[in-house]
Amino acid sequence: MTFLSPLDRKLLRDLWRIKGQAGAIAAVIALGVMTLVMMSGLVNTLELTKTAYYERYRLPQVFAPVERAPERILDRLAEIPGVSAVEGRVTGMALIEIDDEILPIRAQAVSLPAHGRARLGDIYLAEGRLPDPARAEEVLLLKAFADARALKPGDALSATMNGARRGFRVTGLARSPEFLYTTAPGEIVPDDARFAVLWMSRDSLAAAYDMDGAFNEALLALERGASEPAVIAAADRILDPLGGRGAYGLADHQSNFFLTEEINGARSTAVAVPPIFLGVSAFLLAITMHRIVQAEREQIGLLKAFGYTDGETAIHYLKLMLAIALVGAGAGALLGIAAGRAMAGLYTDYYKFPFLVFTLDPRSFVTGFATSVGAATAGGAGVLRAVFRLSPAVAMRPPAPADYTASGGISRLARRLLDQPGRMVLRRLHRQPGRMLGAAIGIATGMALSVGMIGLQSGFARTVDLAFTVLDRSDAQVTFTHAMSEKAIYELARLPGIESVEPVRNVSVLLRHGLETHRGAITGLGESARLARALDAEQRPLTLPEDGIVLSTTLAQVLGAAPGDVITAEIREGRRPMLDIPVAAVADSLLGAPAYMRLDALNLALKEPGRASGAYLRLAPGAETQVFETVRDMPALAGIALKEDMRLAIQEVMDNGMGAMRFVMLTIAGIVTFGIVYNAARIAYAERARDLASLRVIGFTRGEAAFVLLGELGLIVMMALPLGAVAGYGMSALIASAFSTEIYTIPLIFDAHSVASATLAVLASAVFSGWIVKRDLDRIELVSALKTRE
Amino acid sequence: MPGKTDTSPRLAFQTEGLTKTYGEGEAAVHALRGVDLSLPDGELVVLLGASGSGKSTLLNILGGLDRATSGSARFRDHELTTHSDRALTRYRRDHVGFVFQFYNLMPALTAEENVELVTEIARNPMSPAEALDLVGLGPRRHHFPAQLSGGEQQRVAIARAIAKRPDVLFCDEPTGALDSTTGRAVLQVIADINEELGTTVLMVTHAAHTAAMAHRVLRFSDGAIHAVEVNATRLAPREIDW
Repeated sequence: MTFLSPLDRKLLRDLWRIKGQAGAIAAVIALGVMTLVMMSGLVNTLELTKTAYYERYRLPQVFAPVERAPERILDRLAEIPGVSAVEGRVTGMALIEIDDEILPIRAQAVSLPAHGRARLGDIYLAEGRLPDPARAEEVLLLKAFADARALKPGDALSATMNGARRGFRVTGLARSPEFLYTTAPGEIVPDDARFAVLWMSRDSLAAAYDMDGAFNEALLALERGASEPAVIAAADRILDPLGGRGAYGLADHQSNFFLTEEINGARSTAVAVPPIFLGVSAFLLAITMHRIVQAEREQIGLLKAFGYTDGETAIHYLKLMLAIALVGAGAGALLGIAAGRAMAGLYTDYYKFPFLVFTLDPRSFVTGFATSVGAATAGGAGVLRAVFRLSPAVAMRPPAPADYTASGGISRLARRLLDQPGRMVLRRLHRQPGRMLGAAIGIATGMALSVGMIGLQSGFARTVDLAFTVLDRSDAQVTFTHAMSEKAIYELARLPGIESVEPVRNVSVLLRHGLETHRGAITGLGESARLARALDAEQRPLTLPEDGIVLSTTLAQVLGAAPGDVITAEIREGRRPMLDIPVAAVADSLLGAPAYMRLDALNLALKEPGRASGAYLRLAPGAETQVFETVRDMPALAGIALKEDMRLAIQEVMDNGMGAMRFVMLTIAGIVTFGIVYNAARIAYAERARDLASLRVIGFTRGEAAFVLLGELGLIVMMALPLGAVAGYGMSALIASAFSTEIYTIPLIFDAHSVASATLAVLASAVFSGWIVKRDLDRIELVSALKTRE
Repeated sequence: MPGKTDTSPRLAFQTEGLTKTYGEGEAAVHALRGVDLSLPDGELVVLLGASGSGKSTLLNILGGLDRATSGSARFRDHELTTHSDRALTRYRRDHVGFVFQFYNLMPALTAEENVELVTEIARNPMSPAEALDLVGLGPRRHHFPAQLSGGEQQRVAIARAIAKRPDVLFCDEPTGALDSTTGRAVLQVIADINEELGTTVLMVTHAAHTAAMAHRVLRFSDGAIHAVEVNATRLAPREIDW
């Protein structure tokens, strides 16, 4: 210790003395920094891992499906300027039958090249071996599906391809960046268990789909800097005469879209939420530093009396503040790295990445440390300036007894109503409103954080609830292989166990408004649809207009369109017409970014009257099995999905995908709230320990002395509760929008439940903190507390 | 040596019309109401008076801890009333030592470290050990304030004040919190410092008996000096009738 100056030794011993409080402050700032480092690291890691995975397995940038194109067309595609590689493959829809399912499961069959690896769209073999090209019955199965259905290499399965049923043997399980998320056609939510991908030899698949010497999907990789729209347009020109179904870029690829949206969700959470935590922590740090330095007033005066300059004294206290801030920020950074790594590991499994490229965002460390140091300095500097303005003689005296005469009005009333300790509490509040308000605002901020986070949990539940009870009131949804006439609807309605049927037509479309585009679908709903509806902002059913399109809020935002604007719809099926449609209204977004039209208006625009691509069903109770067994033999039926399964699937995405962050954030918010309340209690105790010891000496009981301290804490908490509720509203709005993505929209929920829960959390923290300081107060050694001024 | 060529001793302090007012208007408190004073170097001066008579205020202004409202106060060739904060800090650092009634030790530092706090920034200090030996606390130098008695704490405070070899030692009620035996011992240390190091000592007290050990006694009442006495014979602190 001899190499340290006496001031530095004082610093270390002071830190040790206030270790409880310093630790509590450091812990709160650590949580703020941790959240920042963790979230930015997670986003960076996911982004980088995604890119690395895409590159390593050569995911193409453009997909060009076509009816049937001869192999030589690939050469023409390769000549398109900007195209660096081309791969042609055969894919087809299949139905897999497995034992425990009544209905066959929809699947996509994808060809493997006859020799070597695919130039584009390669796969990662997770288990087993590649199929022998000479053995037509050998297939690879998508690992996610196999895991969900407990299938493994060596298992047999049968599949119907192009009307013919064949037996297969699984030789291995594969992963592919192309199928991280799999969604059955016509459904909106990915579900590992209800859609399969199988890879098999090109010859075998070509034979099944009559594609000998031909391909029905071209994959294109682009040169750096090539124009994707230009390549897509050129590919469409080449493939259109052969039945091109419209080339599209990676951004419109379903699995990539989902993953990208999840990462975008993580990014907007990472941008919006950690700064809130860090801000709350920084605020607390500033307040507590202010009070710690305030308590050192006499020692500051003494240092100045000895001839220490303002600068030397300031540096000494700056070191104290920095020590706390840096320990907090440092611990936060380390925790953030550990938590980020753990989260990245979890998400790597969840997103089915075969490997993980863990990276951190150096800016998060800079921001975290700078904010901590800045807040600590700002909090302490204000007091130091005030103390420096005093002459040393004044600074060294304990502050003149606060003037309580002004509270005379209160006291006359108070004297009648309150006992002596009660009056002490009230007078202090009256005399030092700034200090009390500061403490109350600190607690209110912590509470607001909890209100927002609790409201967020309800927001997720509300989205699922509205989407599956108010918006979609059916029990099941069927999808046809192609748009069918209304006869199919009548046929369904006649089946036993089906109580009502409503037609729906989903048309895939490219929507355009100005420079903004969105690839999605227009959903045509019947005029008096009751099973599936669009909702307005107040969640009331919206009557679809006779003409015009209704956009969901998310889609309206993406396109930058408002009611009255005219948007262009490039229909991607049938005759592929281009339609100019006025936006009639905006509907509430819950899941995805849908666009609605009246079914008859949509059919009229497509010049295909009376068509439906599927139907919503209301089933008789317990009739599911019966209905499934009847409809499985309908030739045009592509699939049937129970609403309950879809609800579980979206719940799964919300609870295990980026939405799961809400649980982590809720936990952190709870700890921060507790930390703030605990700090308030500790500071109140530190400031009043001497007074309280004096009270005990002159004969007050432990309970009475504790009442003065806890009464003050209680009053601060009572002031904080309404403030916290009000601030919680703003916090809820901020947090809900930060957690919303294009996959799901989280509404602002600010209700009695979230306020009440947060209030309980604050009260519980206050009771616990109060109990801890009360314990310290009970143990206080009266004589020494009075002797040493600390 | 100035004493050889000039028969009048060099002045340590000289004030003219020094006033200090706290607050404003009706609430104003006049702590000093025009003090004129000349104090020679090397004396032990006792400032006597009731609480609120202005003695501590004068001490604080002469010590550079506080500022006068009007008038002038000189230490040798320093005009204290026109000094900037920086110059006052320099003055305290280079010339002045303080001893306070409540010791004002840093509780987080040992006796030796409390002294070091001052020797660190002084120009020509003695070693902390030497200073503590002077007050008879050498053996207890590694103790924290909480482990020392009141008298011992005050002696640490004196060691801390003299370790920088100050020109002036200001003591504000140095025995105010002490019993008679301990008080005498502390006063003896102060007298020794004055004797052996030639340090000018200004000591504020309301204990009239202390006056007997001084070269000069200033009696205060109501913010002004109403009498200055020069003791022809001085008593040693142990001879003082407490």
